[in-house]
Amino acid sequence: MSEENTIKDGADLSRREFLGTVTAGVAAAGVAAACVPFVSSMNPSSDVLAKATTEIDLSGIAPGEEKTFPWQGKPVFVVHRTPEEIAAMEASKGGKDPEPDAKRVQKPEWLVVIGICTHLGCVPNKTESGWLCPCHGSVYDNSGRIISGPAPRNLDLPPYHFVAENKILIGKA
Amino acid sequence: MNKIIAWVDQRFPLTYFIRHELTDYPTPRNLSYWWGFGFLAGFVLVIQIVTGIFLAMHYKPDSSLAFDSVQHIMREVNYGWLIRYLHSTGASAFFAVIYTHMARTLYYGSYRRPRELLWWTGQGLLLLMMATAFMGYLLPWGQMSYWGATVITNLFKATPVYGDQIVTWLRGGFAVDDPTLTRFFSLHYLFPFLIFAAVAIHLVALHTVRSSNPSGINLADKDNIPFHPYFTIKDLFGLGIFMIVYLLIVFFKPDLFIDAANNIPANPMQTPADIVPEWYFLPFYAILRSVPDLAGGVVAMAISVLIFAAMPYLDRSRVTGGARYRPVYRAMFYIFVIDIFVLGYVGAHPPAGTLKVVGEIGTAIYFMTFLLLPFVSRWEEKYVLARGLPPAVEAMARKEIAEAEGNV
Repeated sequence: MSEENTIKDGADLSRREFLGTVTAGVAAAGVAAACVPFVSSMNPSSDVLAKATTEIDLSGIAPGEEKTFPWQGKPVFVVHRTPEEIAAMEASKGGKDPEPDAKRVQKPEWLVVIGICTHLGCVPNKTESGWLCPCHGSVYDNSGRIISGPAPRNLDLPPYHFVAENKILIGKA
Repeated sequence: MNKIIAWVDQRFPLTYFIRHELTDYPTPRNLSYWWGFGFLAGFVLVIQIVTGIFLAMHYKPDSSLAFDSVQHIMREVNYGWLIRYLHSTGASAFFAVIYTHMARTLYYGSYRRPRELLWWTGQGLLLLMMATAFMGYLLPWGQMSYWGATVITNLFKATPVYGDQIVTWLRGGFAVDDPTLTRFFSLHYLFPFLIFAAVAIHLVALHTVRSSNPSGINLADKDNIPFHPYFTIKDLFGLGIFMIVYLLIVFFKPDLFIDAANNIPANPMQTPADIVPEWYFLPFYAILRSVPDLAGGVVAMAISVLIFAAMPYLDRSRVTGGARYRPVYRAMFYIFVIDIFVLGYVGAHPPAGTLKVVGEIGTAIYFMTFLLLPFVSRWEEKYVLARGLPPAVEAMARKEIAEAEGNV
């Protein structure tokens, strides 16, 4: 059927191939561009992003007390550490993921960590000496450092900063 | 790549299928752009399914959350406004394309033997589409959504004896409420996949009887050309034109087809001043209102949609080529099209005074067109044969007449 239309000239052939490739390329770019809004719509919507930061008032937390706050749907542990706890933590280097306590706090009396076990994502329970994860028995100290158990890393630190003497904003360093 | 294709071809007719049904598929070389609307309909179906799936990720089918979740999509979800407007405008685009597709079929007589089943599968698709659009319209849970669903489900009251029970069953309650919304959402998600399957059946039927063509005669083999590249290019050009119009509405006039009253949350205690269905239901709605009796109106509206299926039998002319060689049929076609626009106008306005009379006359013309066709078409056949036709068309008509009379 298409025999009559067969091109005789080699130069024409390369021209046709070039046009075909360019057309296919532009079409592929168009399809890719059309996918952008759809993929983007699956990202957090602006109301979810609006909850990206959480302000916490620390004045209600007595020394030695721990409170849990939700931040981006995750628990954040805030501990008001006593001078003895601070001294003990500053003296220790932690376990398998050694890190000085000073690197994990902004003010030594306030420890702020993400309350999710670095092993498989359970929420550890508070103990005298730190935390114990109920799922697989990982033990953390009062600096959130891994002491024993299967967890590979210390508890993660959220980005936060002090907006006032007794107020922190979690979600923004 | 070639090795992989060869491996597949030994186990599954991939290359054969693509060649046979797509690239090398023999297509009449004289198809005009009017034959491109089936492809456009398929494309819009894909748009609707894709945008619908993404909307369902953010939509909440609960009468206390539905309205706000649509607002959430419009304001907070990334590109949610775009996806929603693609979907809402897509519904109108779908009907516009399908109605044009049907008009082409009617004008060129593409419903005639041997394409009756092709036409009927198309009719089934139209009914599925109407049901899908109707149920989808309830989901934003605005005033028009709510009262539209109330009025249409109430039509089933016309069922003898069990009317009230059927209406209650359809709604899952004594009024349109949360149970209605959840079932409409469920079915609105299901039906597009039924449509997709029905399209496959429609295409199998099409590839069995092959495309009709504007000349009306069966073309010789040499007058068929491969679908690719000739009609892929033609269809894509048509798609380009379609997308320009569609996206102009999506981006610059997205509320064109959204009634302002639907921006008010559904209120079962108050009906908006004017209940108007979506534009694609207006002519049928006008027919419903033009019959003074509830049951009569419902039956008239149902027949007005279903009667198209009878076309292969109502049209008794053996002259092929549709309206092209048939002056009377052509006149009837244009009267019918104008009548549909008139009924559409009537359906969009309150039925009072002159408009009420116009609606009644329009309804009468609508049905008279179908009822007169069997007689007119036979008389017209004699007339055009006596007057003279292009030789190929006349030969086909005489052959069909001889076959029919031989059977008697």
